[in-house]
Amino acid sequence: MIFQPFKTLLFGFAFSPSLRENVYEATRLAQYFNAALIFVHVGQKTPIKQVEFQRLLDECSPNQDQIQIYWKEGDPITTLARASKEFDVDLLLLGALKRENVVKYYLGSIARKLTRKAPCSVLLMLNPSVDWSPCKHIVVNGFDSPQTQETVEAAFYIGKYLASDKITLVGEVSESRVTVSVNDDRSLRKVTLRKEKIDREEKMRFIDIIKKIPDTITEGLKYETQSIFGRRGYSIGHYARVVRADLLVMNAKEEQRFFHRFFPSDLDHMLTEIPTDLLIIRSKTYG
Amino acid sequence: MAKKNPIGTFTKELPQNIFAGFVVSLIALPLGLGLAIASDAPPLSGIIAAVAGGIIMAIFGGSNVTIAGPGNGLVIVLLSAITTLGEGNLYEGYLLTLAAIILSGGLLFLFGVLRLGAISEFFPASALQGMLAAIGIGILAKQFHVMLGLTSIPGGTIEQLLRIPDSLLLFLGIHPFAGVLGVASLLFLFLYSRIRNPYFHLIPAPMWVVIGSIGIGYYYTLILNKSLPIAPELLINIPNHLFSNLPHPNFDKLLDVNFIGIVFSITLITVIESLLSIKAVDKLDPKKRRSNVNKDLRALGLASVVSGFLGGLNVVTVIARSSVNTNNGGTNRSANFFHAVFLVLFVVFLGDQIQRIPLTALAAILVFTGYKLSSPGALLRIYKIGPEQAFIFLITLLTTLFTSLIVGIAAGILFTFIIHLILRKSFFLFSLNIFKPNVLMYLEKQSGNYYVSVKNFSTFLNFFRLKNKLDQIPESEHVIVDFSLCDFVDHTVMEGLYDYNLSFKRKSGIFEIIGLDIHASESQHPFAVRKSLPINALIGLQKTLSNRQKNLEKLAEKLKWTYEPKIESDPEGIENFLFFESKTVNYSVNSLWNHQFNLFDLSFSEGAFITKEDLKATFLLFKSPKNLPVFVLDKEDFKTTLYQWAGFDDINFKKHPDFSKRFHLSGNDRKAIIKFFHSELIYFFESHPVFHIESNGSHLLIKGKDRLSSLQEIKIMLAFAKDLLTLLEHSEYRVI
Repeated sequence: MIFQPFKTLLFGFAFSPSLRENVYEATRLAQYFNAALIFVHVGQKTPIKQVEFQRLLDECSPNQDQIQIYWKEGDPITTLARASKEFDVDLLLLGALKRENVVKYYLGSIARKLTRKAPCSVLLMLNPSVDWSPCKHIVVNGFDSPQTQETVEAAFYIGKYLASDKITLVGEVSESRVTVSVNDDRSLRKVTLRKEKIDREEKMRFIDIIKKIPDTITEGLKYETQSIFGRRGYSIGHYARVVRADLLVMNAKEEQRFFHRFFPSDLDHMLTEIPTDLLIIRSKTYG
Repeated sequence: MAKKNPIGTFTKELPQNIFAGFVVSLIALPLGLGLAIASDAPPLSGIIAAVAGGIIMAIFGGSNVTIAGPGNGLVIVLLSAITTLGEGNLYEGYLLTLAAIILSGGLLFLFGVLRLGAISEFFPASALQGMLAAIGIGILAKQFHVMLGLTSIPGGTIEQLLRIPDSLLLFLGIHPFAGVLGVASLLFLFLYSRIRNPYFHLIPAPMWVVIGSIGIGYYYTLILNKSLPIAPELLINIPNHLFSNLPHPNFDKLLDVNFIGIVFSITLITVIESLLSIKAVDKLDPKKRRSNVNKDLRALGLASVVSGFLGGLNVVTVIARSSVNTNNGGTNRSANFFHAVFLVLFVVFLGDQIQRIPLTALAAILVFTGYKLSSPGALLRIYKIGPEQAFIFLITLLTTLFTSLIVGIAAGILFTFIIHLILRKSFFLFSLNIFKPNVLMYLEKQSGNYYVSVKNFSTFLNFFRLKNKLDQIPESEHVIVDFSLCDFVDHTVMEGLYDYNLSFKRKSGIFEIIGLDIHASESQHPFAVRKSLPINALIGLQKTLSNRQKNLEKLAEKLKWTYEPKIESDPEGIENFLFFESKTVNYSVNSLWNHQFNLFDLSFSEGAFITKEDLKATFLLFKSPKNLPVFVLDKEDFKTTLYQWAGFDDINFKKHPDFSKRFHLSGNDRKAIIKFFHSELIYFFESHPVFHIESNGSHLLIKGKDRLSSLQEIKIMLAFAKDLLTLLEHSEYRVI
């Protein structure tokens, strides 16, 4: 197994209306993963804030052995990115905002930039709540990429710890892979057959990926595979919304070719319209 | 399935295609001549276009039963090209226009190569209708005078329209015979469909007009021995040496702005008219084939280039002639070829007779065509869809009449978008999402159905994305298009989807649309614009039924149940089910019930305030004949942690390992549940589709998918519930 379990979590916070829910969520996650949790506040440190936060922490986590709090000042993005590096953080937790009038989730610009700059995996929490809501259905990308193995392993690892019911591996088959375009009946038949073939190949690939995961983790977890046809990185978010997944696990941005700088990549699409809680796995092996 | 021998079929069907080609040529001859004359081009240029189109499309085309030739839509563009480019000299203008036609053919070919057929999807349906109507009015305005024998009425379309009363008063004094012949021809064309004699209908109406007017001419010259009572300038003139003096296209104005504009106009109208025709003709194809649109565009481009070099107009796929083709037994492209062959034969052997065709008779045919394009019925039809569509139609129509086609269609697009903004009252919905892929399609594993989800908005601006996905689904399959994540659906999309519905029906597939039920619309029309509204505004406001609702209504009639589409803000009888314990019920809609069953769509929310998530699903509720233990039966892989938390766990049966593996059964009273689930009942669940089923002691609740169920799924659900009820009535279980 390539994936290394999360040992250190970091939550960057400011005093916002959803802070309480976020702190509950963060401490709960740390507890589930049995990981250390670092809170970093960016902004001026005042005694009132300090007391208030400590009270909040006491409320949700009786055991604070593994919890540290740091108060830092400076630009939030660079500060948090540096802190993640400094403390060798495995997972950065961020709260997303939901805009009520548009009924969609948007990330604050800070969170969005951090997602790109963070040296570690990032979890965007959409629905932080004081009470624990189960993570029933995890959707994970099965892109044909070297990072995918680690991402899928992470999804299974989380599924195991959060007692999920189901994991769906989604393969996005881009149109370019079908190579034939639909013009008339004959080409349509060709395309349909070709898609079925790709679907079979994808399934084999998924099975190979899952085979490499130790039984201790896959045991008791139900998983499915689903091929969807559409633009990469975008359709999977739509899919997660349609099947009402609780968590979407994605590869971090892949190597940036020059060409891609001018076009939004998979993650950029996802970040403008987050469908569910989103976990972005930054591979340690593949950078 | 045994493979058919294509060559054998071709030979077998050859006679009927020759016949169809012949009948088509009968209508193509007068139309070809007429359209050319209406464009102020030499009469034969229309025939040349039809011949070039027929032969080249038959060899290189990608559609099967379409006919190509000069098109109605082009008349206005070509006319203005010939008059403006020639600066008064019509022949010079014609030669310059030939060059534009050749370049446009090249451009069209390029469109086909680059697979740009999809651009025609970017035109809103109502704006397109408005543009076509404007073309129709343009043809009508000019040709009405010609029909009366007055060939030189100056001015633009509006001016010409205003002069019609003058001409009506004048014409008897100038060309009484020819004018009366024209008016009589027009009356005949209007009455033709009323004459219900099949032999008479073998020859298309325009050909009757031509034959009739030639016949009258011969009657005068041969029987009465008088000279022809029609002035020579009102007769068709064909040069004597057809092939020796081909015109030479004049490429002098290549860099002229006006010239370039004309090239683009010609190309645009050709693409629009051809694609509309191909789409319509595909629905008439007796063999239900799908046309290769881009291949057709390439071939049309090639045909236009050839036609242009030979002095012909540009080549378009035309709907009227194509439908004559299918009506008369055309089954493949050879009919198009034979129509060209017959046209050549006509011109070569009947040249003298063709020269006896009065222009007024041809003009009558064109007036009729123009009327058909712009018929006021079209406006009324569009008004029924929604007043805003009529507005778009009129804006496009008037702008086109007063300016040009390109400006007109641009105005139509702009106004459609502005109206969408006004209707939706949100600029962000459109601006934020326009460049994003908004369509997801996948094959649902359990049912084998194609599921297509559309989000954000779906209008003419991004219909191509939805179309692209739908085109990849074989029409014999079952597809469900879900708009529940979509806030706004416009008329263009609704109409496009209706087209898909038809083509799926033709190939015995199923095309269902769900998720539009709570979208508000302005009119009863199935193509009306639909936008989603906040719930409070919706209650009591909903006026019109969506297709799914209409189908539910029909289903209720069939079953003799009651159907009520109204939104019920406080649905009864569902509170004490476990399923709703952690959810808020918003409203129910689309109830379908009888004395036992109650089926309804339910909107409910999970979470509250900022984490609120609105969901919709279809439920079926019925009273059990006996008391039941409280239980929840679900598919095993959807087992909910929630129920385990509530203290329930999976109840398994040693005797029924398969059932235990596939289903998750939970409830407080283990004993009673085990007793209740006797072998017969277990076998029932094993052998039927899997639903989420709950009992609250007295009632049973069956839940469909995590989205609204389609009509097919509802039927399956009803059948399931009925079987279950029968089983329960006959089972011996008693609660002690």
